[in-house]
Amino acid sequence: MASIAHGPDQGDQETAATTENSTTTRSPKPPRRGKVRRDRVSTHEGFLTHKNGRWMKISALLAAGLIALYIFVPLPGQHFGSSWLGYTLGTVGALLILWLTMLGMRKRAITPGRWSLKAWTSAHVYLGLTLIVVGTLHSGFNFAWNVHTLAWALMMVVIISGIFGIWVYATLPQALSANRYDEDGAITEKQMIESLRSLDRQIHDAAQPLDPQSAALVEQSLDEDPFAGNFINRITGRYPRCATRHAAGELRKARAYRPRVADDPVDKIDALLTRKEAMLGRMRRHLKLKSWLQAWLYVHVPVTFALIAALSAHIVSVFFYW
Amino acid sequence: MSEVYKVAIIGSGPAGMSAAGHAAKLGLNHVLLEKTDHLSDTIYKYQKGKHVMATPSQLILRSDQEFDAGKREDILKRWNDRTGELGVNVKYNADVKSIKGTGPAIEGSVQKIVSRARDGSSTVTELQRFAPPYALELTSGETILAETVILAIGTQGNPNLMRCPGSDLPHVTYQLDDPYAVLDQHIIVVGTGDAGIENARGLAEDPAQGNVVTVLNRAPKSTNVRESFPTAKEPNALSLVADHEAKKLTIRYETETKAVEPGWITLTTRDGEERIRCDRIIARIGSAPPRGFVEACGIEFSSADRLAFPTLSPVFESTAPGIFVIGALAGYPLIKHCMNQGYDVVEFINGNTSLKPADEPLLEAKFKGLPGRRGVDEWLELLRSNITILNSMSPLQMREFMLDSDARAYKKGEVIFEKNDPGSSLFAIAQGSVKVRIDPKDSSKVVPIGQGLIFGEVGLISGRRRGATVVAAEDAICVEISRNAALKLQSQVPSAKKAIERISTERQLLQMFGSGLAPDDIREVVDSAKIVQVKAGEAIITEGDEGKDIFVIRVGSMIVEKEVGGKPVFLSYLPAGSYVGEMALIDGGQRTATVRAAIKSEVIRVDGEAFDRVLQSKPALLDRARKDMELRRQTNAFIESRKDSFSGVVDLYSEQAKFLVAQGLGEATDVLLIDERLCVGCDNCEKACADSHDGLSRLDREAGKSFAHLHVPTSCRHCEHPHCMADCPPNAIHRGPDGEVFINDTCIGCGNCQRNCPYGVIRMDKVPPKKPSLLSWMFFGNGPGPGEPSYKWSKKNTKYTGDPAIDESLDRKKAIKCDMCAGIDGGPSCVRACPTGAAIRVAPDEFLTVSRLTNEGA
Ligand SMILES: Cc1cc2nc3c(=O)[nH]c(=O)nc-3n(C[C@H](O)[C@H](O)[C@H](O)COP(=O)(O)OP(=O)(O)OC[C@H]3O[C@@H](n4cnc5c(N)ncnc54)[C@H](O)[C@@H]3O)c2cc1C
Ligand code: HEM
Ligand code: SF4
Ligand code: SF4
Ligand code: SF4
Repeated sequence: MASIAHGPDQGDQETAATTENSTTTRSPKPPRRGKVRRDRVSTHEGFLTHKNGRWMKISALLAAGLIALYIFVPLPGQHFGSSWLGYTLGTVGALLILWLTMLGMRKRAITPGRWSLKAWTSAHVYLGLTLIVVGTLHSGFNFAWNVHTLAWALMMVVIISGIFGIWVYATLPQALSANRYDEDGAITEKQMIESLRSLDRQIHDAAQPLDPQSAALVEQSLDEDPFAGNFINRITGRYPRCATRHAAGELRKARAYRPRVADDPVDKIDALLTRKEAMLGRMRRHLKLKSWLQAWLYVHVPVTFALIAALSAHIVSVFFYW
Repeated sequence: MSEVYKVAIIGSGPAGMSAAGHAAKLGLNHVLLEKTDHLSDTIYKYQKGKHVMATPSQLILRSDQEFDAGKREDILKRWNDRTGELGVNVKYNADVKSIKGTGPAIEGSVQKIVSRARDGSSTVTELQRFAPPYALELTSGETILAETVILAIGTQGNPNLMRCPGSDLPHVTYQLDDPYAVLDQHIIVVGTGDAGIENARGLAEDPAQGNVVTVLNRAPKSTNVRESFPTAKEPNALSLVADHEAKKLTIRYETETKAVEPGWITLTTRDGEERIRCDRIIARIGSAPPRGFVEACGIEFSSADRLAFPTLSPVFESTAPGIFVIGALAGYPLIKHCMNQGYDVVEFINGNTSLKPADEPLLEAKFKGLPGRRGVDEWLELLRSNITILNSMSPLQMREFMLDSDARAYKKGEVIFEKNDPGSSLFAIAQGSVKVRIDPKDSSKVVPIGQGLIFGEVGLISGRRRGATVVAAEDAICVEISRNAALKLQSQVPSAKKAIERISTERQLLQMFGSGLAPDDIREVVDSAKIVQVKAGEAIITEGDEGKDIFVIRVGSMIVEKEVGGKPVFLSYLPAGSYVGEMALIDGGQRTATVRAAIKSEVIRVDGEAFDRVLQSKPALLDRARKDMELRRQTNAFIESRKDSFSGVVDLYSEQAKFLVAQGLGEATDVLLIDERLCVGCDNCEKACADSHDGLSRLDREAGKSFAHLHVPTSCRHCEHPHCMADCPPNAIHRGPDGEVFINDTCIGCGNCQRNCPYGVIRMDKVPPKKPSLLSWMFFGNGPGPGEPSYKWSKKNTKYTGDPAIDESLDRKKAIKCDMCAGIDGGPSCVRACPTGAAIRVAPDEFLTVSRLTNEGA
């Protein structure tokens, strides 16, 4: 009978052999699973410090070693790429790039097994940085307007976008969760949308007694899609043509010129619009932070594919035309 | 009215209706009394279109009524039609309020009814039983006479009543038939479950109704309606809040009723008392089980326990001769069981005594693999007579008991369970004996346990992993009693409860103090030990008090706090199975810290003097206790020293620990925590969860609470004593071999578990269709991509066949919850798929330690 190691003290060893049920009875024994292994992660160790910076150390060593080789191994000055060290660096670099690209797969293929995406990300970041050394040395500092340099440049774009990614990953998460909180507790994105919808319904009901002009203003706010807005709006969190703010402003202006009456429907609308503005503001801050956390990937990933294309062209041209 | 029926059947649920159908078929002079104006009110009240399940599938149906899995509407229609065909004499709107024998007093047959008041005191009333025929009094004032009575009223019970002064006034009501018929009134709705919300919204729907509606909610206000309306469905709660915001009605949070008088009501609010106008009160505050009514009929329950059922003979006859109890009220919560019993009980009443119960094949299957050719009855008798705690069970109880338990044969030397296996079941030895390995390294150090005794009780009681490996000492037959069956057993058979308690206390003490103690050494300690219930938050030890008693935590968990600089500082967390109080005993002096229950708990209070004598006579034990104590003292000293230099850090650590306990960590075995400093909101955890489980995520990352960057998402805590298990008709919720609490395929979708889970982690949903593969999405854009598909996509891609049986099962909603990725190599997907390391799973005892002060930078 096998039992499943679970406690941290037992690591991932199994405590007993994996044998079949060896009894004569057919009544089911409590299930004891065989080959399920699990790693227990029970402290918060971020991907940058994963296993005490294991991948940082490996990458640093790798980079230092390669630089040393480059400096101390005597090699021809011309066409460094075709020397043995050049080939080695090139092969390592190309394989690394392909492996780094595989992160996209690993992230989405939730297959069984004892992998951890955190470990992958950690390795990705540090080995990705090493590429600066690998790729640049491989170029032998020969830059020109050709496909080879294009490949190098694209690689640098991917890497720099990656570095930017690390910066946002390190600085924004806390703001993202803080924005979801208020004195009544946390609210999720879905609840923000829900609550905007419910405010819209109330505004709609309250707007029935309004004059046509004011009703049209309110209508614009109701028609506004909270997810509308272009990339610039998202990333800045500024929506200069916000219909809700416009409606609230105009209504307030209009009311300022009118005699006050008790139970003015505009008062109610005003209060509701103010609340909607606040909720919209929160939602937009939320979207802004999320956009920053994701936007860089829209450079990182497409340029990766451009890089792979350029890399292929580079390799083909090297083998056929050199 | 002078007519005396042969049988009167009360309640037209599956049980009563089936009984009445059979009585009609046999031509018995009968009447079926139903409180409402339709058949089978429980099923009538299921949600529209609900798919009703016919479990257990191996059980054959024996009834004159049909029943198969299908839509609620179809089933009710078939029952209605068939009831007509059979010529059942149904009397609707007949709410039976009392049953009394009209014959002479039965000598010596007196029932004692114990009623407990809220303050804990209890009063006993005695009830003389009278012989049949019985007079059944209806609320309408009518009386019906019958020789025998079949009680099949289910467990839905009657609405809970308000208890404040004035609550007996006529304008306090518990039901609202037509909200639109109420005009121009000040109405208070008490209770914020779905029923209360629907009533309140109906009353306030149209401003022309002119009603002023106020809803009282005990919970505090929160942006998250799951917290402010814990017992309601989210859309209902949201609509109510929207109505409040639209000023259609008023919700008052943290408010309860203090007193009622005509035209007015006094409320207790957070800001004091308030008296407001009130012409009508509608209280929708849940319902009370029908026990009071049943007891007043002269029917005895097996114990005072909330879970207890009436004591019945093998033919379902109660302690009141001629009154039979069947269905959910008799402890059988599935429709098929109920219908079979309806048929059987009428056969018995009609004089057929040789009828074999319909569950016979199920039990045959249970015993099939055992050596020795015995019939079901022989096996049941063997188990009953050999196993001490089962001795006083009736044959009917044995049958029901075995349906939830398993009997197995073990070869000599075979492992029954291993140390650290999770398991909450109890084992009993029917034949042979077993041995417990007390030293994992040395398999010759064993303690024998003989025939008739039990083992594994620690898992049952504390919900923790097995403390030792148990091996068959010779060829043996053991019964594994599931947690549910064991709980039922303890409530049915008080002597079994006592026996289990004593054995578990003794063994727990032995196991804890180990080092060569024999049962005889601690006899005095065990005899003086008391089991004490502790409410959440209550202190068992208070800092500065005198006292030498030692406490062993049996169920639940405790936190240890110490006053430092005028503030209580969290020192440590004690899971079930640990002990406290030894410092004052060993070193003398006052208690050095306060120990309070993190959740509702149970402790064994051990007399300090008696324990001291054991310590003095066993130097090895004293040594060990000193070592444990030293360790604790170091922890305390460490925290106190930090408190001087990093007071802010320690405060945060302390506050955070309390927050985590409030989020259910005190009863959790394994919980998902997210570090908000690392979480980038990519939702890969949710996507991974969905992709490794039929496309449905069992985790809502954003929902849930946070404190000082630790976020507890809405996801199962795998509680030690899962609340969700409490009321599952097919008993579909179990604890698996990795400690996970999971729901198996027999779920009938009743939603009880969803209501019972205090953390709102169970969702009811249908399984979406299968998605195209990942590669085909990546390269060709096929399908919705990773994660849970949208509702729209699922709807469009569900392949209906046109065959109603298959289509209904495609639309069937089941309870969905985290199973900790049981059986998936690598373990929980949420953690594996988190790119930044924000998501981790922890057990409270390994997380709530001082090391967090440094690790988490709390
Ligand atoms: C939401 C939900 C879903 C479920 N789904 C399933 C499922 O899919 N499959 C399954 O097998 N089981 C299911 N169950 C369990 C099943 O419904 C019950 O176990 C079953 O209905 C019990 O039958 P019964 O005849 O004992 O009592 P009930 O069905 O509860 O019937 C009792 C009847 O007695 C009447 N009554 C009560 N008191 C009096 C009185 N004083 N005088 C006169 N009449 C009275 C009531 O009005 C009612 O009609 C579900 C339960 C719930 C709550
Ligand atoms: C040429 C080198 C690199 C290539 C080809 C590459 C490629 C990729 C790809 C394909 C992804 C998957 C994105 C997705 O599917 O969501 C990714 C993610 C990422 N990369 Fe790179 N990358 C490179 C270098 C770097 C460097 C140098 C860094 C950091 C310094 C970095 C940081 C990241 C991060 C943080 C992620 C996101 C992980 C996540 O949130 O899942 N990358 N990269
Ligand atoms: S579903 Fe709820 S009650 Fe059940 S184990 Fe999980 S958290 Fe506990
Ligand atoms: S698992 Fe939940 S929904 Fe399913 S039958 Fe049990 S209690 Fe009902
Ligand atoms: S996978 Fe990790 S980083 Fe992404 S949302 Fe979940 S916890 Fe946050």
